[in-house]
Amino acid sequence: MPLEIAQRVDAKGLSCPMPIVKTAQAVKLMVSGQLMEVLATDAGSTKDFAAWCKTTGNELVESSVEGGVYRFVLRRK
Amino acid sequence: MTAVAEPAMSIVDEPVVAPAPAAVPFHEHEAKPRDILIICYSGELEKTWATMILATTGAAMGAKVRVFLTFWGLQTFVKDQKRITGDNAMQKMMSFMQRPGISHRKLSKMNFLGMGPWMMGKLAKQYKVASPRELLDLAKEMGVEFMPCQMTMDMFGLKPEDMIEGMGEPVGAATVIALMTEGSAPLFI
Repeated sequence: MPLEIAQRVDAKGLSCPMPIVKTAQAVKLMVSGQLMEVLATDAGSTKDFAAWCKTTGNELVESSVEGGVYRFVLRRK
Repeated sequence: MTAVAEPAMSIVDEPVVAPAPAAVPFHEHEAKPRDILIICYSGELEKTWATMILATTGAAMGAKVRVFLTFWGLQTFVKDQKRITGDNAMQKMMSFMQRPGISHRKLSKMNFLGMGPWMMGKLAKQYKVASPRELLDLAKEMGVEFMPCQMTMDMFGLKPEDMIEGMGEPVGAATVIALMTEGSAPLFI
């Protein structure tokens, strides 16, 4: 099954804690199992998104960086 | 003999084995994170910022966050448009000397008659850092609970209508201590 993104959060340019806050708000609009893509430029996001997923129990499916843009794919628990 | 003794032994042993520790690891995926209790005591801009960043992040991470507002920290949560608060001359003078409201915070260092906070605000805009005011609105939206300190309300002569919308019932130190003893992670800012 292709990975279908149900929610997208563009947090590019935003500083801590807004990428995480926006993600937490968007995840509420999703149902269990759906995927979300988050784009951010905050250099702390790699660790922050891993920590957020660990604490909230949502799954970090993908974590990558390209040209200063961090991309995360998360699956709602 | 042994056939009779063995079942008798296991019955005696059972209660010793039974009370297994029901410890739930805090970082277990399914476990809810610990509650967070922030004691917002200081009124400076940078500390207000720290309080609001941690409160919103805590809520974003699924933790129940409560913020106890006391002393100078309570003044922060008076409506921005209130200039003079209090009943008697001394209370009024206090609010005159230090303007209440989350948008009127001063820096503890480099305040320079408001030049410091103005520059800080400029930098925050440039780097898209949400202001304490914006973070407060988000915190309320995300279910962060704000608990004003009744004693400070009395001492500063503050009334519920002086406070920003969405503040909870005023409480005392016993509520704060009870939350700590029940396991809330405490932070004094």
